Amino acid sequence: MVPVLQPVGHALLGFLEATGRICLFAITAISHAVRPPIYPRLIIKQMIEIGYYSLPVVGLTAIFTGMVLALQSYTGFTRFNAESAIPNVVVISITRELGPVLAGLMVAGRVGAAMAAEIGTMRVTEQIDALTTLSTNPFKYLIAPRLVAGLIMLPCLVLVADLIGVFGGYVVSTANLSFNPQVYIKNTVDFVEPLDVISGLVKAGVFGFIVALMGCYHGFYSRGGAQGVGAATTNAVVSASILILTFNYAITEIFFSQ
Amino acid sequence: MNKPVPKIVLKGLKKRFGPKVVLDGIDLELATGESLVVIGGSGSGKSVLLKCVIGIMEPDAGTVLIDGEETTHLSPGERTRVMHKFGMLFQGSALFDSLKVWENVAFGLIQGRGTARTEAKEIALKKLAAVGLPAEVGELWPAELSGGMQKRVGLARAIAAEPEIIFFDEPTTGLDPIMGDVINDLIVRCRKQLGATTLSITHDMASAHKIADRVAMIYQGKIVWTGPISQIDRSGNPYVEQFIHGRAEGPIKMPVKVA
Repeated sequence: MVPVLQPVGHALLGFLEATGRICLFAITAISHAVRPPIYPRLIIKQMIEIGYYSLPVVGLTAIFTGMVLALQSYTGFTRFNAESAIPNVVVISITRELGPVLAGLMVAGRVGAAMAAEIGTMRVTEQIDALTTLSTNPFKYLIAPRLVAGLIMLPCLVLVADLIGVFGGYVVSTANLSFNPQVYIKNTVDFVEPLDVISGLVKAGVFGFIVALMGCYHGFYSRGGAQGVGAATTNAVVSASILILTFNYAITEIFFSQ
Repeated sequence: MNKPVPKIVLKGLKKRFGPKVVLDGIDLELATGESLVVIGGSGSGKSVLLKCVIGIMEPDAGTVLIDGEETTHLSPGERTRVMHKFGMLFQGSALFDSLKVWENVAFGLIQGRGTARTEAKEIALKKLAAVGLPAEVGELWPAELSGGMQKRVGLARAIAAEPEIIFFDEPTTGLDPIMGDVINDLIVRCRKQLGATTLSITHDMASAHKIADRVAMIYQGKIVWTGPISQIDRSGNPYVEQFIHGRAEGPIKMPVKVA
Protein backbone atom coordinates (compact mmCIF):
# COMPACT_ATOMS: atom_id res chain seq x y z
CA MET A 1 0.00 0.00 0.00
CA VAL A 2 2.84 2.40 0.95
CA PRO A 3 4.50 2.29 -2.51
CA VAL A 4 1.15 3.27 -4.03
CA LEU A 5 0.34 6.05 -1.59
CA GLN A 6 3.84 7.55 -1.43
CA PRO A 7 3.87 9.06 -4.95
CA VAL A 8 0.30 10.30 -4.46
CA GLY A 9 1.35 11.99 -1.22
CA HIS A 10 4.43 13.50 -2.88
CA ALA A 11 2.32 14.82 -5.75
CA LEU A 12 -0.25 16.29 -3.35
CA LEU A 13 2.44 17.97 -1.23
CA GLY A 14 4.09 19.31 -4.37
CA PHE A 15 0.76 20.70 -5.59
CA LEU A 16 0.04 22.36 -2.24
CA GLU A 17 3.55 23.83 -2.09
CA ALA A 18 3.25 25.25 -5.61
CA THR A 19 -0.20 26.68 -4.83
CA GLY A 20 1.16 28.34 -1.69
CA ARG A 21 4.13 29.79 -3.56
CA ILE A 22 1.89 31.18 -6.31
CA CYS A 23 -0.49 32.71 -3.73
CA LEU A 24 2.41 34.34 -1.87
CA PHE A 25 3.83 35.61 -5.17
CA ALA A 26 0.42 37.05 -6.12
CA ILE A 27 -0.08 38.75 -2.72
CA THR A 28 3.43 40.27 -2.85
CA ALA A 29 2.86 41.48 -6.40
CA ILE A 30 -0.56 42.99 -5.58
CA SER A 31 0.81 44.73 -2.50
CA HIS A 32 3.53 46.31 -4.63
CA ALA A 33 1.06 47.21 -7.40
CA VAL A 34 -1.05 49.37 -5.07
CA ARG A 35 1.80 51.12 -3.25
CA PRO A 36 4.08 53.83 -4.68
CA PRO A 37 6.32 54.10 -6.55
CA ILE A 38 4.11 53.13 -9.47
CA TYR A 39 5.56 53.14 -12.99
CA PRO A 40 2.86 54.50 -15.38
CA ARG A 41 5.24 54.40 -18.35
CA LEU A 42 5.83 50.67 -17.86
CA ILE A 43 2.12 49.98 -17.34
CA ILE A 44 1.28 51.76 -20.62
CA LYS A 45 4.04 49.85 -22.42
CA GLN A 46 2.63 46.55 -21.16
CA MET A 47 -0.93 47.61 -22.03
CA ILE A 48 0.16 48.22 -25.61
CA GLU A 49 1.99 44.88 -25.66
CA ILE A 50 -0.94 42.92 -24.26
CA GLY A 51 -3.83 44.82 -25.82
CA TYR A 52 -2.81 46.38 -29.10
CA TYR A 53 -0.46 43.65 -30.33
CA SER A 54 -2.90 40.87 -29.39
CA LEU A 55 -5.75 42.46 -31.38
CA PRO A 56 -5.05 40.65 -34.69
CA VAL A 57 -4.87 37.15 -33.20
CA VAL A 58 -7.86 37.69 -30.89
CA GLY A 59 -9.86 39.34 -33.69
CA LEU A 60 -9.19 36.48 -36.12
CA THR A 61 -10.10 33.90 -33.49
CA ALA A 62 -13.31 35.75 -32.67
CA ILE A 63 -14.51 36.25 -36.24
CA PHE A 64 -13.99 32.62 -37.27
CA THR A 65 -15.55 31.39 -34.02
CA GLY A 66 -18.65 33.53 -34.66
CA MET A 67 -18.86 32.28 -38.25
CA VAL A 68 -18.52 28.61 -37.29
CA LEU A 69 -20.99 29.05 -34.45
CA ALA A 70 -23.63 30.41 -36.84
CA LEU A 71 -23.04 27.58 -39.34
CA GLN A 72 -23.11 24.81 -36.73
CA SER A 73 -26.17 26.26 -35.02
CA TYR A 74 -27.95 26.42 -38.37
CA THR A 75 -27.29 22.73 -39.19
CA GLY A 76 -28.61 21.72 -35.76
CA PHE A 77 -31.53 24.14 -35.47
CA THR A 78 -33.00 23.45 -38.93
CA ARG A 79 -34.01 19.99 -37.64
CA PHE A 80 -36.38 21.72 -35.17
CA ASN A 81 -37.30 24.72 -37.34
CA ALA A 82 -35.52 26.92 -34.79
CA GLU A 83 -33.26 28.88 -37.20
CA SER A 84 -34.51 32.18 -35.78
CA ALA A 85 -32.64 31.39 -32.52
CA ILE A 86 -29.24 31.57 -34.25
CA PRO A 87 -28.58 35.27 -33.44
CA ASN A 88 -29.43 34.58 -29.80
CA VAL A 89 -27.15 31.54 -29.59
CA VAL A 90 -24.29 33.38 -31.26
CA VAL A 91 -24.45 36.47 -29.06
CA ILE A 92 -24.92 34.53 -25.79
CA SER A 93 -22.14 32.04 -26.59
CA ILE A 94 -19.71 34.74 -27.65
CA THR A 95 -20.29 37.22 -24.83
CA ARG A 96 -20.63 34.76 -21.97
CA GLU A 97 -18.14 32.04 -22.87
CA LEU A 98 -16.27 31.95 -26.14
CA GLY A 99 -15.13 35.59 -26.21
CA PRO A 100 -13.40 35.60 -22.81
CA VAL A 101 -12.19 31.99 -22.89
CA LEU A 102 -10.74 32.04 -26.41
CA ALA A 103 -9.23 35.51 -25.95
CA GLY A 104 -7.75 34.36 -22.62
CA LEU A 105 -6.24 31.24 -24.18
CA MET A 106 -4.86 33.16 -27.17
CA VAL A 107 -3.33 35.83 -24.91
CA ALA A 108 -1.92 33.09 -22.65
CA GLY A 109 -0.16 31.61 -25.69
CA ARG A 110 1.09 34.94 -27.01
CA VAL A 111 1.65 37.19 -24.01
CA GLY A 112 2.05 34.72 -21.12
CA ALA A 113 4.79 32.88 -23.00
CA ALA A 114 6.54 36.14 -23.90
CA MET A 115 6.42 37.35 -20.27
CA ALA A 116 7.84 34.07 -18.96
CA ALA A 117 10.60 34.09 -21.59
CA GLU A 118 11.54 37.73 -21.01
CA ILE A 119 11.55 37.59 -17.20
CA GLY A 120 13.15 34.12 -17.24
CA THR A 121 15.98 35.41 -19.43
CA MET A 122 16.39 38.38 -17.10
CA ARG A 123 16.62 35.93 -14.19
CA VAL A 124 19.26 33.64 -15.71
CA THR A 125 21.36 36.57 -16.99
CA GLU A 126 21.28 38.20 -13.52
CA GLN A 127 19.35 41.23 -14.77
CA ILE A 128 16.83 40.79 -11.92
CA ASP A 129 19.69 40.75 -9.40
CA ALA A 130 21.02 43.89 -11.11
CA LEU A 131 17.64 45.59 -10.58
CA THR A 132 17.91 44.87 -6.86
CA THR A 133 21.43 46.27 -6.65
CA LEU A 134 20.17 49.44 -8.37
CA SER A 135 17.67 50.03 -5.54
CA THR A 136 14.73 48.93 -7.69
CA ASN A 137 12.28 46.31 -6.45
CA PRO A 138 11.76 43.72 -9.23
CA PHE A 139 8.16 43.18 -8.10
CA LYS A 140 7.38 46.85 -8.59
CA TYR A 141 9.35 47.26 -11.81
CA LEU A 142 8.67 43.97 -13.60
CA ILE A 143 5.70 42.17 -12.09
CA ALA A 144 3.21 44.85 -10.97
CA PRO A 145 2.98 46.68 -14.35
CA ARG A 146 2.29 43.38 -16.14
CA LEU A 147 -0.43 42.35 -13.69
CA VAL A 148 -2.15 45.75 -13.89
CA ALA A 149 -1.92 45.78 -17.69
CA GLY A 150 -3.30 42.22 -17.95
CA LEU A 151 -6.18 43.07 -15.63
CA ILE A 152 -7.12 46.15 -17.66
CA MET A 153 -6.44 45.05 -21.23
CA LEU A 154 -8.05 41.62 -21.46
CA PRO A 155 -11.57 43.03 -20.81
CA CYS A 156 -10.90 45.60 -23.57
CA LEU A 157 -9.78 42.82 -25.91
CA VAL A 158 -12.83 40.73 -25.03
CA LEU A 159 -15.15 43.64 -25.72
CA VAL A 160 -13.65 43.93 -29.20
CA ALA A 161 -13.74 40.12 -29.60
CA ASP A 162 -17.46 40.12 -28.66
CA LEU A 163 -18.23 42.66 -31.38
CA ILE A 164 -16.10 40.88 -33.99
CA GLY A 165 -17.49 37.43 -33.07
CA VAL A 166 -21.09 38.62 -33.33
CA PHE A 167 -20.21 40.29 -36.62
CA GLY A 168 -18.79 36.95 -37.88
CA GLY A 169 -22.09 35.24 -37.09
CA TYR A 170 -23.97 38.08 -38.80
CA VAL A 171 -21.86 37.81 -41.99
CA VAL A 172 -22.38 34.04 -42.34
CA SER A 173 -26.07 34.21 -41.43
CA THR A 174 -26.90 37.02 -43.86
CA ALA A 175 -24.59 35.95 -46.72
CA ASN A 176 -24.95 32.13 -46.58
CA LEU A 177 -28.05 31.36 -44.55
CA SER A 178 -30.46 33.90 -46.09
CA PHE A 179 -31.10 35.81 -42.87
CA ASN A 180 -32.59 39.29 -43.12
CA PRO A 181 -29.84 41.68 -41.86
CA GLN A 182 -32.24 43.94 -39.93
CA VAL A 183 -33.97 40.99 -38.27
CA TYR A 184 -30.62 39.45 -37.32
CA ILE A 185 -29.43 42.67 -35.69
CA LYS A 186 -32.78 43.22 -33.93
CA ASN A 187 -32.80 39.65 -32.55
CA THR A 188 -29.23 40.05 -31.34
CA VAL A 189 -29.80 43.40 -29.63
CA ASP A 190 -33.15 42.40 -28.12
CA PHE A 191 -31.88 39.14 -26.68
CA VAL A 192 -28.52 40.11 -25.20
CA GLU A 193 -28.63 41.38 -21.60
CA PRO A 194 -26.11 43.53 -19.73
CA LEU A 195 -25.25 40.61 -17.42
CA ASP A 196 -24.14 38.52 -20.43
CA VAL A 197 -21.54 41.11 -21.39
CA ILE A 198 -20.59 42.03 -17.81
CA SER A 199 -19.99 38.40 -16.80
CA GLY A 200 -17.72 38.01 -19.84
CA LEU A 201 -15.77 41.13 -18.94
CA VAL A 202 -15.36 40.02 -15.31
CA LYS A 203 -14.05 36.69 -16.58
CA ALA A 204 -11.70 38.56 -18.91
CA GLY A 205 -10.29 40.62 -16.03
CA VAL A 206 -9.64 37.47 -14.01
CA PHE A 207 -8.11 35.69 -17.02
CA GLY A 208 -5.87 38.68 -17.78
CA PHE A 209 -4.60 38.62 -14.22
CA ILE A 210 -4.04 34.85 -14.38
CA VAL A 211 -2.12 35.04 -17.67
CA ALA A 212 0.18 37.80 -16.37
CA LEU A 213 0.59 36.10 -12.99
CA MET A 214 1.58 32.74 -14.49
CA GLY A 215 3.93 34.34 -17.03
CA CYS A 216 5.64 36.42 -14.33
CA TYR A 217 5.73 33.63 -11.71
CA HIS A 218 7.27 30.99 -13.95
CA GLY A 219 9.73 33.49 -15.46
CA PHE A 220 10.73 34.87 -12.06
CA TYR A 221 11.57 31.44 -10.66
CA SER A 222 13.14 29.97 -13.79
CA ARG A 223 16.53 28.33 -13.35
CA GLY A 224 19.28 26.74 -15.39
CA GLY A 225 19.83 28.72 -18.58
CA ALA A 226 18.03 28.26 -21.90
CA GLN A 227 16.42 24.97 -20.89
CA GLY A 228 15.02 26.54 -17.70
CA VAL A 229 13.60 29.48 -19.66
CA GLY A 230 12.00 27.06 -22.17
CA ALA A 231 10.42 25.08 -19.34
CA ALA A 232 9.19 28.30 -17.71
CA THR A 233 7.54 29.36 -20.97
CA THR A 234 5.78 26.01 -21.39
CA ASN A 235 4.67 25.95 -17.74
CA ALA A 236 3.35 29.51 -17.97
CA VAL A 237 1.12 28.70 -20.96
CA VAL A 238 -0.08 25.32 -19.64
CA SER A 239 -0.84 26.52 -16.11
CA ALA A 240 -2.54 29.70 -17.34
CA SER A 241 -4.71 27.68 -19.76
CA ILE A 242 -5.77 25.21 -17.07
CA LEU A 243 -6.50 28.00 -14.58
CA ILE A 244 -8.51 29.92 -17.20
CA LEU A 245 -10.76 26.89 -17.82
CA THR A 246 -11.10 26.22 -14.07
CA PHE A 247 -11.92 29.81 -13.18
CA ASN A 248 -14.29 30.02 -16.14
CA TYR A 249 -16.42 27.31 -14.58
CA ALA A 250 -16.22 28.90 -11.11
CA ILE A 251 -17.23 32.37 -12.35
CA THR A 252 -20.05 30.91 -14.45
CA GLU A 253 -21.35 29.18 -11.32
CA ILE A 254 -21.23 32.46 -9.40
CA PHE A 255 -23.06 34.45 -12.09
CA PHE A 256 -25.56 31.98 -13.50
CA SER A 257 -26.26 29.17 -11.01
CA GLN A 258 -29.85 29.30 -9.81
CA MET B 1 41.16 56.31 20.66
CA ASN B 2 38.15 54.43 19.27
CA LYS B 3 38.83 51.88 16.55
CA PRO B 4 37.08 52.96 13.31
CA VAL B 5 33.98 50.91 12.41
CA PRO B 6 34.80 48.52 9.56
CA LYS B 7 32.84 49.14 6.36
CA ILE B 8 31.81 45.49 6.00
CA VAL B 9 31.88 42.76 8.64
CA LEU B 10 30.86 39.14 8.02
CA LYS B 11 30.42 36.94 11.09
CA GLY B 12 29.81 33.20 10.92
CA LEU B 13 28.07 33.38 7.55
CA LYS B 14 26.48 30.04 6.59
CA LYS B 15 24.49 28.99 3.56
CA ARG B 16 23.48 25.58 2.26
CA PHE B 17 21.40 24.35 -0.66
CA GLY B 18 19.81 21.07 0.36
CA PRO B 19 22.61 18.79 1.57
CA LYS B 20 25.34 20.92 -0.08
CA VAL B 21 27.06 23.31 2.34
CA VAL B 22 28.23 26.31 0.32
CA LEU B 23 29.27 28.75 3.07
CA ASP B 24 30.43 27.20 6.32
CA GLY B 25 31.01 30.03 8.78
CA ILE B 26 32.69 32.87 6.89
CA ASP B 27 34.33 35.63 8.97
CA LEU B 28 35.74 38.66 7.15
CA GLU B 29 36.26 42.37 7.72
CA LEU B 30 36.83 45.19 5.24
CA ALA B 31 38.09 48.59 6.33
CA THR B 32 36.77 51.73 4.65
CA GLY B 33 38.52 52.28 1.32
CA GLU B 34 40.04 48.80 1.32
CA SER B 35 40.01 46.47 -1.68
CA LEU B 36 39.55 42.83 -0.74
CA VAL B 37 39.66 40.13 -3.41
CA VAL B 38 38.20 36.71 -2.60
CA ILE B 39 39.81 33.99 -4.67
CA GLY B 40 38.78 30.37 -5.01
CA GLY B 41 37.95 27.67 -7.50
CA SER B 42 34.68 27.19 -9.35
CA GLY B 43 31.92 26.11 -6.97
CA SER B 44 33.82 27.18 -3.87
CA GLY B 45 31.06 29.59 -2.78
CA LYS B 46 32.48 32.93 -3.98
CA SER B 47 29.36 34.09 -5.82
CA VAL B 48 27.03 32.97 -3.02
CA LEU B 49 29.21 34.90 -0.55
CA LEU B 50 28.89 38.04 -2.65
CA LYS B 51 25.11 37.62 -3.02
CA CYS B 52 24.71 37.16 0.74
CA VAL B 53 26.68 40.32 1.42
CA ILE B 54 24.74 42.42 -1.06
CA GLY B 55 21.38 41.04 0.11
CA ILE B 56 20.29 39.21 -3.05
CA MET B 57 20.43 35.97 -1.06
CA GLU B 58 19.65 35.48 2.64
CA PRO B 59 22.21 33.50 4.65
CA ASP B 60 20.98 30.60 6.82
CA ALA B 61 23.04 31.84 9.76
CA GLY B 62 25.51 34.58 10.61
CA THR B 63 25.44 38.33 10.21
CA VAL B 64 26.43 40.95 7.66
CA LEU B 65 27.22 44.38 9.07
CA ILE B 66 27.48 47.39 6.77
CA ASP B 67 28.86 50.46 8.59
CA GLY B 68 28.07 48.60 11.81
CA GLU B 69 24.41 48.04 10.83
CA GLU B 70 23.06 44.49 10.68
CA THR B 71 21.61 44.01 7.18
CA THR B 72 20.61 40.35 6.94
CA HIS B 73 16.95 40.80 7.93
CA LEU B 74 16.04 44.26 6.67
CA SER B 75 12.55 45.29 5.51
CA PRO B 76 12.27 46.14 1.77
CA GLY B 77 12.36 49.89 2.55
CA GLU B 78 15.44 49.59 4.73
CA ARG B 79 17.05 47.31 2.15
CA THR B 80 16.57 49.98 -0.53
CA ARG B 81 18.29 52.53 1.74
CA VAL B 82 21.28 50.22 2.25
CA MET B 83 21.38 49.41 -1.48
CA HIS B 84 22.05 53.09 -2.17
CA LYS B 85 25.54 52.48 -0.75
CA PHE B 86 26.24 49.68 -3.25
CA GLY B 87 27.30 49.36 -6.85
CA MET B 88 27.94 46.06 -8.56
CA LEU B 89 29.61 44.84 -11.72
CA PHE B 90 28.16 41.46 -12.69
CA GLN B 91 30.08 38.61 -14.29
CA GLY B 92 27.98 38.74 -17.48
CA SER B 93 27.49 42.53 -17.14
CA ALA B 94 23.69 41.94 -16.70
CA LEU B 95 22.79 44.95 -18.84
CA PHE B 96 19.06 45.44 -19.45
CA ASP B 97 18.38 44.38 -23.07
CA SER B 98 15.31 46.56 -23.40
CA LEU B 99 17.12 49.80 -22.52
CA LYS B 100 19.72 51.80 -24.42
CA VAL B 101 23.26 51.91 -23.06
CA TRP B 102 22.88 55.37 -21.47
CA GLU B 103 19.57 54.30 -19.88
CA ASN B 104 21.35 51.29 -18.40
CA VAL B 105 24.03 53.52 -16.88
CA ALA B 106 21.46 56.04 -15.64
CA PHE B 107 19.03 53.39 -14.36
CA GLY B 108 20.00 53.57 -10.69
CA LEU B 109 19.84 57.37 -10.77
CA ILE B 110 16.42 57.56 -12.47
CA GLN B 111 14.62 54.64 -10.80
CA GLY B 112 16.51 54.34 -7.54
CA ARG B 113 17.10 58.00 -6.69
CA GLY B 114 14.49 59.89 -8.72
CA THR B 115 16.99 61.95 -10.76
CA ALA B 116 15.44 63.73 -13.79
CA ARG B 117 16.12 61.90 -17.08
CA THR B 118 18.01 64.80 -18.71
CA GLU B 119 20.30 65.22 -15.70
CA ALA B 120 20.73 61.44 -15.38
CA LYS B 121 21.68 61.22 -19.09
CA GLU B 122 24.40 63.86 -18.63
CA ILE B 123 25.83 61.92 -15.69
CA ALA B 124 25.59 58.64 -17.64
CA LEU B 125 27.55 60.09 -20.58
CA LYS B 126 30.23 61.38 -18.18
CA LYS B 127 30.52 57.93 -16.59
CA LEU B 128 30.73 56.32 -20.04
CA ALA B 129 33.57 58.73 -20.84
CA ALA B 130 35.24 57.76 -17.54
CA VAL B 131 35.38 54.14 -18.71
CA GLY B 132 36.66 55.16 -22.14
CA LEU B 133 33.44 54.99 -24.16
CA PRO B 134 32.33 57.84 -26.47
CA ALA B 135 28.91 59.47 -26.13
CA GLU B 136 27.64 57.74 -29.32
CA VAL B 137 27.81 54.40 -27.52
CA GLY B 138 25.14 55.70 -25.18
CA GLU B 139 22.57 55.52 -27.96
CA LEU B 140 23.34 51.88 -28.83
CA TRP B 141 21.58 48.80 -27.45
CA PRO B 142 23.54 46.38 -25.21
CA ALA B 143 23.27 43.61 -27.84
CA GLU B 144 25.26 45.83 -30.26
CA LEU B 145 28.32 45.91 -27.95
CA SER B 146 31.28 43.54 -27.65
CA GLY B 147 31.90 41.68 -24.37
CA GLY B 148 34.60 44.15 -23.32
CA MET B 149 32.38 47.15 -24.06
CA GLN B 150 29.53 45.54 -22.13
CA LYS B 151 31.86 45.13 -19.14
CA ARG B 152 32.81 48.81 -19.37
CA VAL B 153 29.14 49.82 -19.51
CA GLY B 154 28.50 47.55 -16.51
CA LEU B 155 31.33 49.32 -14.68
CA ALA B 156 29.93 52.74 -15.65
CA ARG B 157 26.54 51.62 -14.29
CA ALA B 158 28.14 50.38 -11.06
CA ILE B 159 29.85 53.75 -10.41
CA ALA B 160 27.09 56.02 -11.79
CA ALA B 161 25.57 56.76 -8.40
CA GLU B 162 29.03 57.11 -6.79
CA PRO B 163 28.52 54.27 -4.30
CA GLU B 164 30.48 53.81 -1.08
CA ILE B 165 30.93 50.07 -1.71
CA ILE B 166 31.46 48.39 -5.08
CA PHE B 167 31.23 44.64 -5.68
CA PHE B 168 32.97 43.03 -8.64
CA ASP B 169 31.86 39.54 -9.66
CA GLU B 170 34.57 37.97 -11.85
CA PRO B 171 35.32 41.29 -13.60
CA THR B 172 37.72 39.86 -16.19
CA THR B 173 36.08 36.49 -16.92
CA GLY B 174 35.44 35.94 -20.62
CA LEU B 175 37.71 38.78 -21.74
CA ASP B 176 41.00 38.57 -23.61
CA PRO B 177 44.09 39.39 -21.47
CA ILE B 178 44.47 42.89 -22.86
CA MET B 179 40.82 43.83 -22.34
CA GLY B 180 41.01 42.18 -18.91
CA ASP B 181 43.90 44.46 -18.01
CA VAL B 182 42.00 47.49 -19.33
CA ILE B 183 39.08 46.60 -17.04
CA ASN B 184 41.48 46.10 -14.10
CA ASP B 185 42.99 49.55 -14.72
CA LEU B 186 39.53 51.09 -14.90
CA ILE B 187 38.53 49.40 -11.64
CA VAL B 188 41.64 50.75 -9.88
CA ARG B 189 41.09 54.23 -11.30
CA CYS B 190 37.37 54.35 -10.45
CA ARG B 191 38.04 53.08 -6.95
CA LYS B 192 40.68 55.75 -6.34
CA GLN B 193 38.44 58.51 -7.71
CA LEU B 194 35.46 57.46 -5.57
CA GLY B 195 37.42 56.36 -2.51
CA ALA B 196 35.11 53.34 -2.41
CA THR B 197 35.50 50.11 -0.50
CA THR B 198 35.55 47.17 -2.93
CA LEU B 199 34.90 43.46 -2.57
CA SER B 200 35.78 41.43 -5.64
CA ILE B 201 35.63 37.73 -6.41
CA THR B 202 37.81 36.23 -9.08
CA HIS B 203 39.98 33.29 -9.99
CA ASP B 204 42.13 35.46 -12.25
CA MET B 205 45.38 35.99 -10.31
CA ALA B 206 46.57 38.77 -12.65
CA SER B 207 43.39 40.65 -11.81
CA ALA B 208 43.82 39.98 -8.08
CA HIS B 209 47.41 41.30 -8.18
CA LYS B 210 46.25 44.48 -9.88
CA ILE B 211 43.15 45.41 -7.86
CA ALA B 212 43.64 43.87 -4.39
CA ASP B 213 44.99 45.37 -1.18
CA ARG B 214 44.23 42.13 0.60
CA VAL B 215 43.26 38.65 -0.56
CA ALA B 216 41.12 35.97 1.09
CA MET B 217 41.00 32.43 -0.22
CA ILE B 218 37.79 30.44 0.08
CA TYR B 219 37.66 26.65 -0.11
CA GLN B 220 34.71 24.42 0.70
CA GLY B 221 32.80 27.35 2.19
CA LYS B 222 35.59 28.42 4.59
CA ILE B 223 38.24 31.12 4.45
CA VAL B 224 41.48 29.15 4.45
CA TRP B 225 43.91 32.08 4.15
CA THR B 226 43.82 35.86 4.24
CA GLY B 227 46.65 38.35 3.90
CA PRO B 228 48.04 41.28 1.92
CA ILE B 229 48.42 40.75 -1.84
CA SER B 230 52.18 41.35 -1.44
CA GLN B 231 52.43 38.17 0.66
CA ILE B 232 50.37 35.84 -1.49
CA ASP B 233 53.38 34.42 -3.35
CA ARG B 234 55.02 33.41 -0.06
CA SER B 235 51.91 32.61 1.96
CA GLY B 236 53.11 29.16 2.96
CA ASN B 237 49.50 28.00 2.72
CA PRO B 238 49.18 24.79 0.67
CA TYR B 239 45.73 25.73 -0.66
CA VAL B 240 46.93 29.14 -1.85
CA GLU B 241 50.12 27.67 -3.30
CA GLN B 242 48.19 25.10 -5.30
CA PHE B 243 45.62 27.66 -6.49
CA ILE B 244 47.99 30.42 -7.61
CA HIS B 245 50.24 27.96 -9.43
CA GLY B 246 47.29 26.12 -10.96
CA ARG B 247 48.41 22.64 -9.93
CA ALA B 248 46.11 19.63 -10.18
CA GLU B 249 47.92 17.94 -7.26
CA GLY B 250 47.46 19.31 -3.76
CA PRO B 251 44.98 19.66 -0.93
CA ILE B 252 42.26 21.13 -3.20
CA LYS B 253 40.34 18.21 -4.66
CA MET B 254 38.26 18.82 -7.75
CA PRO B 255 35.11 16.69 -7.77
CA VAL B 256 35.68 14.88 -11.09
CA LYS B 257 33.73 11.70 -11.75
CA VAL B 258 35.29 9.23 -14.17
CA ALA B 259 32.69 7.32 -16.14
